[in-house]
Amino acid sequence: MAASAGENVMGGTAAPTVAARRPGSWLVMPSVGVLLIWMIVPLVMTVWFSFRFYNLLDPSVHGFAGLDNYTYLVTDPNFWVSLRNTMVLLVAVLVITVGLGTLLAVLFNQPFPGRNVARVLAISPFFVMPTVSALLWKNLLMHPIYGVFGVVAHTFGLQPVDWFAQYPLASVITIVSWEWLPFALLILLTAVQSLDQEQREAARMDGAGVIAQFFFITLPHLSRAISVVIMIETIFLLTIFAEIFVTTSGGPGNATTNLAFLIYSRALLQFDIGGASAGGVVAIILANIVAIFLVRSVARRLEV
Amino acid sequence: MTDSLGRRTLIAVLGWTVAIVLFFPIFWMVVTSFKSETDAITARLLFTPTLNAYRDVFARADYLSFAFNSVVVSVGGSVLALAFAIPAAYSMAFHPTHRTRGTLLWMLSTKMLPPVGVLVPIYLLFRSTGLLDTRTGLVAIYALMNLPIVVWMLFTFYKEVPREILEAGRMDGANTWGEVWHLLLPLTLPGIASTGLLSLILCWNEAFWSLNLTSSQAAPLTAFIASFSSPQGLFFAKLSAASTMAVAPILVFGWFSQKQLVQGLTFGAVK
Repeated sequence: MAASAGENVMGGTAAPTVAARRPGSWLVMPSVGVLLIWMIVPLVMTVWFSFRFYNLLDPSVHGFAGLDNYTYLVTDPNFWVSLRNTMVLLVAVLVITVGLGTLLAVLFNQPFPGRNVARVLAISPFFVMPTVSALLWKNLLMHPIYGVFGVVAHTFGLQPVDWFAQYPLASVITIVSWEWLPFALLILLTAVQSLDQEQREAARMDGAGVIAQFFFITLPHLSRAISVVIMIETIFLLTIFAEIFVTTSGGPGNATTNLAFLIYSRALLQFDIGGASAGGVVAIILANIVAIFLVRSVARRLEV
Repeated sequence: MTDSLGRRTLIAVLGWTVAIVLFFPIFWMVVTSFKSETDAITARLLFTPTLNAYRDVFARADYLSFAFNSVVVSVGGSVLALAFAIPAAYSMAFHPTHRTRGTLLWMLSTKMLPPVGVLVPIYLLFRSTGLLDTRTGLVAIYALMNLPIVVWMLFTFYKEVPREILEAGRMDGANTWGEVWHLLLPLTLPGIASTGLLSLILCWNEAFWSLNLTSSQAAPLTAFIASFSSPQGLFFAKLSAASTMAVAPILVFGWFSQKQLVQGLTFGAVK
């Protein structure tokens, strides 16, 4: 919610003369209106609840809480762990998907037999719903006894790994990366395809090796597409929920609890609306910090 | 030298290895869905295929109603989002003001508002208005959830329509409505279709709101699949069969629409 844009929108609603003169320009108002309501109503309620004692199980506890919900939140070690997990998840998945996605985009741009089929197979995970991919990985692949990884480990005489018990956050990162790598590949591949071949040819003539070509021609050409990937992925990765809900329920302990899951468990498992709302406000502030950063650095590079 | 046989073979091997590795979990899910439960807990590839798992999933009579809910809320949410977004994108693409850029960025920034930050109020609002566990409620949420991205994509497509065409229409006496309905919509139908498709995929796969706002009546396939995560639901073949059925339609959609998806998703940034 970039503040300057918000003011603009407000200004727009109060300009009937302009709308009357230009019949096309008021058509944006229904969308702006519903989004404004969608944003402001819950936001105001969340902020309000965050200053109240409000527990669905215990109606006797009510009234103004002041900053108690926030104090309770920031003194809870789980909160800091969840904040850390949220950022680790975001950064790790971004690094993996953008890094590998760039390399794979270059690879899948090379001609080889059956390339189109291989591409379709490689991008397929993007279309699998998060709940399914979580269950798939948890049971069919990472299950220590029946999972494919465990069976393979057995075949080689190794001790199977109980992934979600021993490396819980890494396991979640693996699943989420598997879902989003195809997305990065899909976008970056299109960008690589639009690369001017003559430019590369010229560079090759000048003696640039494959690696130099990649760093000095391909990578700069991809920078806008990479911005797009980072922006879209960040929007979705900050709010990862289903993968954690299905696989670990935030555990073991709090190892895979991100902010989204922490608030969920406060609100719908512990029925602490006040505490959950304080968490919600923090999540919104965090998202805004990331949003400002993104809008400044990424969205500016997009054609509007 | 760069096109030597060795290099070409290496690329083919690498490309296919990556494709197979990435696709393997999906392949394995489909394979397991045709196994018996005893075969399913072994990793062996040779087995007698059976449709028992599918039969069992269908016997859980509710499967079809979950699927029905998925279709209704995905299509409903996408259509509603398009209904709001088409006029908005038209307005911003053909009647831009100095605020247009700001409005577009602001719209996208509402997507960064984490759903969980407003879960509590939405839950309470839904509870008090009787929208909890209804398809109507989910349709509204999905439409709002996708609206910013749908507006962005349509805006991108509309920007590519030459303004002269619409101006010519206006000269011929078309009003705003006629301009949009008779000129813009037919011209940008492929763009609208791919936008709707992406919206459909996002709705179909959405799990946060569906898990938290529905319980039985309006629960879509995401919620159905999540119910398999409980220990008593751990039957690998049935789980795989249900997952395959939940994923298959959207997966096939995705395969056929990948080109258009990229075009729309990149906001014109990748030419």
